Amino acid sequence: MSFFFAALKRELLLVFRHRSDIINPLAFFLMVAVLFPLGVSPDPSFLSEVASGVIWVAALLACLLSVDSIFRSDFQDGSLEQMLISAESLWLIVTAKVITHWLVSGFFLALISPLVGMMFFLPEQGYFSLIVSLLLGTPTLSLMGAIGSALTVGLRKGGVLISLLVLPLYIPVLIFGAGTVQAGVMGLPIQGYLALLAAILVFSLMLAPVAIVAALKISVRS
Amino acid sequence: MDSVLLEVKDLFCERDERILFDNFSMQINAGEVVQIIGQNGSGKTSLLRILCGLSDAYEGELFWQNELIDDVRNSYYQSMLYVGHLSGVKGTLTAEENLQWMVQLDNSLNKCSIAHALKQVGLYGFEDVPCHSLSAGQQRRVGLARLYLSSAPLWILDEPFTALDKQGVAEKEALIAQHVSAGGSVILTTHHDLAIPGKNIRPINLDELART
Repeated sequence: MSFFFAALKRELLLVFRHRSDIINPLAFFLMVAVLFPLGVSPDPSFLSEVASGVIWVAALLACLLSVDSIFRSDFQDGSLEQMLISAESLWLIVTAKVITHWLVSGFFLALISPLVGMMFFLPEQGYFSLIVSLLLGTPTLSLMGAIGSALTVGLRKGGVLISLLVLPLYIPVLIFGAGTVQAGVMGLPIQGYLALLAAILVFSLMLAPVAIVAALKISVRS
Repeated sequence: MDSVLLEVKDLFCERDERILFDNFSMQINAGEVVQIIGQNGSGKTSLLRILCGLSDAYEGELFWQNELIDDVRNSYYQSMLYVGHLSGVKGTLTAEENLQWMVQLDNSLNKCSIAHALKQVGLYGFEDVPCHSLSAGQQRRVGLARLYLSSAPLWILDEPFTALDKQGVAEKEALIAQHVSAGGSVILTTHHDLAIPGKNIRPINLDELART
């Protein structure tokens, strides 16, 4: 367990030293929120209608944008090789990396999402469901994105491939995430949606680390 | 002193439809320095990566202390130190933070002597500098500082002397001699004229193997 915390500490330190990693997804998220009304229509009734979908799509793309870099720098400087030939469990390192990625992308996105909701005239009964659905949904995005990142890290140009690999996996999260907010806005019960999001999260939490470790081994050893 | 640490049997490796080695066998005994020689592209790095478990692109069998490596992977990893082309040094971390992480990863490294190791590699006073602002040779030294911490019997070093100055090379050679005297073994590739004081170096020439 102390090894896990050491790995987590290293990842957080790396992110802290490289702060543009934190700012990039947030800036993207905010930019979409600012530009969308300018490009389509500033009409409050229209915006409040599309708010749930647009906010969730923006969050998903912001997450996808940063997912490519999870293993990239470790692969390039040889740290990943050392992790693979370590007697310590690789999945602990991988879990620490995914948690850090989620903290930097998903968690902060969920924190600033009420601000974006306000820009979209989201009815006030929708805020709770927006934050909770993002908090429950974005860890899944990080976990599944990391699988794609691990598979493509050995390739020169993995950027396009990673979107193709990961986007189909993101679709259920998007549907139930946006559905949660929609239900919240209309005053319907959201527990069912949250249960589904949580179920997807638990499922990916169990299987994704195994898949990520296997994918990393394939990427480095072949 | 003649116990076999690592044994390779009937190794076959092909890369880009070119056979690098076929029916290649070798043994590495305790207390031995083996230098892999060959032209650029002759498969030196491929061989070392196979030996340390970073490549699956081979056929054949590897044994660690007479046991199949796949069966004893964890204990093999603990007994082996690999310094590759890529040093595994993070540019945004300081030399000390880098070594602290390496110690976490590898149980055979001694946590207590990080400061001593940094002094040995001539980075005393640079502990708190992020590694991206160090020179190429100094970054190399951060990676090689692991050698001073290591208690692993087998060292696999891929071009360890790249970017090092003459004095740095001499210090590493002395360190290798000390490691070998204590019963450890070293497999390395280098284009540098190796001079390990008081030790014979066994060369393995990959060019000759390719011809026969």
